[in-house]
Amino acid sequence: MKPITRRNMLAQGLCGAGGLMLSNRLQAAPAALAMTDHAKAKSVIQVFLWGGMSHNDTWDPKPGTGRAYMGDFPDVLKTNVDGIQIGQLFPKLAKQADKYSLIRSMTHGINGHETAAYYMQTGHTRDERLAYPSIGAVFSHFKGQNYNGLIPPYVVLTEPQGRFSEEGFMGPKYKPFATGGDPNAARFEVEGVVAKGISDERQIARRELLATTDSLGRALVSPVLDHAYFSKEKAYELILGAGKKVFDLSEEDKKLRDSYGRHKFGQECLVARRLVEAGVPYIVINYPGGWDTHKGHFARMRQQCPQLDQGLAALLEDLSQRGLLDSTLVWCCGEFGRGPKIDWQPPWNGGRNHYGAVFSALVAGGGFRGGQVVGSSTEKAEEVNERPVYPVDLLGSIYHLAGIDPAGQLPHPLGLEARVLPEVSGTVKSGGLLTEIM
Amino acid sequence: MKKSIWFILAILMAVLPANAMEESTAVFEREGELQPANQIDRIVFKKLASLNIEPVLCSDAVFLRRAYLDILGKIPTAEEVRRFINTPYSKNKRSELIDELLARPEFADYWSMRWADILRVKAEFPINLWPNAAQAYHHWVHTAIAEDMPYDQMVREMLTASGSNFRVGPVNFYRAIQNKTPEGIATVVALTFMGARAEEWPKEQLANLSAFFSQIGYKPTNEWKEEYVFWDPLGTTKTEGNSAPGSAKITTVVVEKNTNQPPQINREPQPAFFPDGTAVELTPDRDPREVFADWLITPENPWFCRSLVNRTWAWLLGRGIIHEPDDIREDNPPSNPELLVWLEQDFAANKYDMKRLIRQILNSRTYQLSSVSNTEQPQTFEQFGAYPLRRLEAEVLIDAVNAITGSSDLYTSAIPEPFTYIPKDQAAVAIADGSITSPFLALFGRSARATGMWNERDNQTSAPQWRHMLNSGHIQEKLEKGPNLREMTLRKYKPEQIVENLYLSILSRPPTPAETETMLTYGNTANPKPPPKRPGGHLTPKEKKAYWQRYKAADDERMKDWIDIAWALINSPEFLYRH
Repeated sequence: MKPITRRNMLAQGLCGAGGLMLSNRLQAAPAALAMTDHAKAKSVIQVFLWGGMSHNDTWDPKPGTGRAYMGDFPDVLKTNVDGIQIGQLFPKLAKQADKYSLIRSMTHGINGHETAAYYMQTGHTRDERLAYPSIGAVFSHFKGQNYNGLIPPYVVLTEPQGRFSEEGFMGPKYKPFATGGDPNAARFEVEGVVAKGISDERQIARRELLATTDSLGRALVSPVLDHAYFSKEKAYELILGAGKKVFDLSEEDKKLRDSYGRHKFGQECLVARRLVEAGVPYIVINYPGGWDTHKGHFARMRQQCPQLDQGLAALLEDLSQRGLLDSTLVWCCGEFGRGPKIDWQPPWNGGRNHYGAVFSALVAGGGFRGGQVVGSSTEKAEEVNERPVYPVDLLGSIYHLAGIDPAGQLPHPLGLEARVLPEVSGTVKSGGLLTEIM
Repeated sequence: MKKSIWFILAILMAVLPANAMEESTAVFEREGELQPANQIDRIVFKKLASLNIEPVLCSDAVFLRRAYLDILGKIPTAEEVRRFINTPYSKNKRSELIDELLARPEFADYWSMRWADILRVKAEFPINLWPNAAQAYHHWVHTAIAEDMPYDQMVREMLTASGSNFRVGPVNFYRAIQNKTPEGIATVVALTFMGARAEEWPKEQLANLSAFFSQIGYKPTNEWKEEYVFWDPLGTTKTEGNSAPGSAKITTVVVEKNTNQPPQINREPQPAFFPDGTAVELTPDRDPREVFADWLITPENPWFCRSLVNRTWAWLLGRGIIHEPDDIREDNPPSNPELLVWLEQDFAANKYDMKRLIRQILNSRTYQLSSVSNTEQPQTFEQFGAYPLRRLEAEVLIDAVNAITGSSDLYTSAIPEPFTYIPKDQAAVAIADGSITSPFLALFGRSARATGMWNERDNQTSAPQWRHMLNSGHIQEKLEKGPNLREMTLRKYKPEQIVENLYLSILSRPPTPAETETMLTYGNTANPKPPPKRPGGHLTPKEKKAYWQRYKAADDERMKDWIDIAWALINSPEFLYRH
């Protein structure tokens, strides 16, 4: 199958007048794509390759551009979809290409980690006056209202990404629940749920002790304390009840655990699937260690790409086999890519630097079709060749599939006007929603 | 173990239910007839009598803890508890403690924190004062409180301040406002000093108030992020809408380009109206902010003293006589008008002395009532017939946990780089700048200091907070590694002494005999395993080390029970709540 670019999409007549309008102006989206009653994506798993993963070495290889661009990984792999090739370090994902689509024309042109990460996580540029919440916090707001699960609605595995992936002006209530710990360890110690060095037995003994020490509570009747006891019981449902089990990977088949890879990222993917089964609306995996490979780039890639390949491929296959992929949206990319031309000079000695002009993203499930390629980069992966996809387009598509109106209002404590995504204008660029793969 | 606890409890409940209840209320209440201590009590008790609510005085231990929390924002040490409990009851016992605590330096730290919420002392988003300006602002507030600056002077200095944000602390009052239009400023002035929500006033009334704040200029200097706030009748500087002063968004408007003509000054007096409708003329030779301050700061002004005494009352008693305390309007009447009027008049007649006001309230029996009685009678709380439970503020809570265990927290501000860190031993209540924070403070609802509203501080208890207190690495590590907790539980103490140490340090009172007994049924607390015997004869360094490791392992095992008990006490409402 030919990759879908905007040009051949037009040629194939997939995109009518309405579609064209759509791809030009995002704000036309709500009118053209009426909100469906039942959103396709019930849960979202975001694999955030923070630090910025090279696109050349991974999902947008350019065979034939030589060592200056391809470095140590000159080969490409055929996938199980005709016409789609990916980098040589992803044999497992090559066999799952029918389940995901690749966007090879992501762009925003920002080369600073924080500004780019903020833009990719919020869809808003730093030129705006407010500090916007990340997409996970937005999900937490819209999806959390009808969500009664034990686990908080916005979970981060395992370490939070700090300043620009949080609640913004919406306030601490919308902070993610960051698990901490290591799901690949013998015991996955989840912050506040599975405490370090406290056995279940001791946990139970403590709880009973607590009941016997409450002299004040026995001496008075108080709605204030009733509320406190109620929320304490809720906490204990996670600590000693059903909630805790979600994080207990020993319940999984050993073979399946192995297929995800016995490393932190692989097991994080497995936890993410369990969270999806528990109904959690938004899950972020912040890739352990990140991808900021200025130096020792190729050695890091050789070590990390196989783990990414294994974990992500197993996740997609597992979700698909359980019939969860249709309702689970998975997206995976960094805040930017890395310089297509390798810096062989000291001090980099074969490194790649920050690159926001063009990079790649992987999307799957939750209403996205698989086996497609959106857009393309130029010959040496230096610029967008066709069909630019800006952060608002990617986030807007995810919101759309989850039934969140990109033009909807966010709750600002002072009641200020704050949209989920900015209106497209001279400064906010858009290439249109990803209708070609929906 | 599980069985034995329930067994004892079952016996207590079955055999002595009435006595057990009595014992537990005896911990919290003081028997005896209640005599009014001052005019506050005479007014409040009269009202309570008419509603058939019989107030009960709290116990000395409860009072001690309350006074420490409200005056200093911290709990007393075990030593301080012992000293106070062992002092025989006398008429002046409580008032002497109040005087002693009001004279301590931490008073200014804690009350500055309360004021800094209202005055929005915050370097970064959304207030954007910038770090050194936030420090200058806080320093000014702290000094004003430490030196007992009269309230009228304090307000006047803020309202009429001019100068550099780095050098003149109070000018930051006008910078710590998100919406710097005259209406935006007027709204904040009304909220802060009149306890009123001007955005809900008739439009005309707000426009009248805004006129007094329409000539404020903000001007950057050559120093990075320095800014002058000044009286700018000619409008030589203008802010663009809500833009933050000091940022690149400020545009300097040159009034007449390329002319040497002086700008035209309107020499005619302009008519203006105060919020109460009184007319005044604004003359070109006087800063209208001063005109407004002259009107606001008088004993007769219905808003000025009322707002302050009501706010202070709410800080100490959990709710305003008018509630919310920053929602003063005609259709939100005070629950006890006589009380409010008396406090206002007394405050104005005594040179607007805030510390005196606090002392008056603390010395009232009304403040010293039990939180245990009357809790089911309607109207009890709005008539102050019992002390309302409130969860400790985020800063106070973590400071108390740190004091008990002997540990500390790291407070940082992520923006701007380089990150700001503050010294390890600094108490959270003493942090000047709302941008300097920790995950704990955020989780426990510290004020965002964005609006200055009363309800911006969130003292609700939530499940994530419980998860943190019950089961986080953060708290568990303090319990395991805190040197103070270790010291309290050393082998040199008898088990019942350790129980007492823990109760005094954590709950600020001695345990009852029943409580001690319960604690001594937990794990091996009553009969700890003896430490491993030291092998006889001369030990090589290696053997010594091996022995020491065995000893330490055994002691860690013994400590577990005590850690669990300390854990249970800091997770009891008696610790977590003001009571």
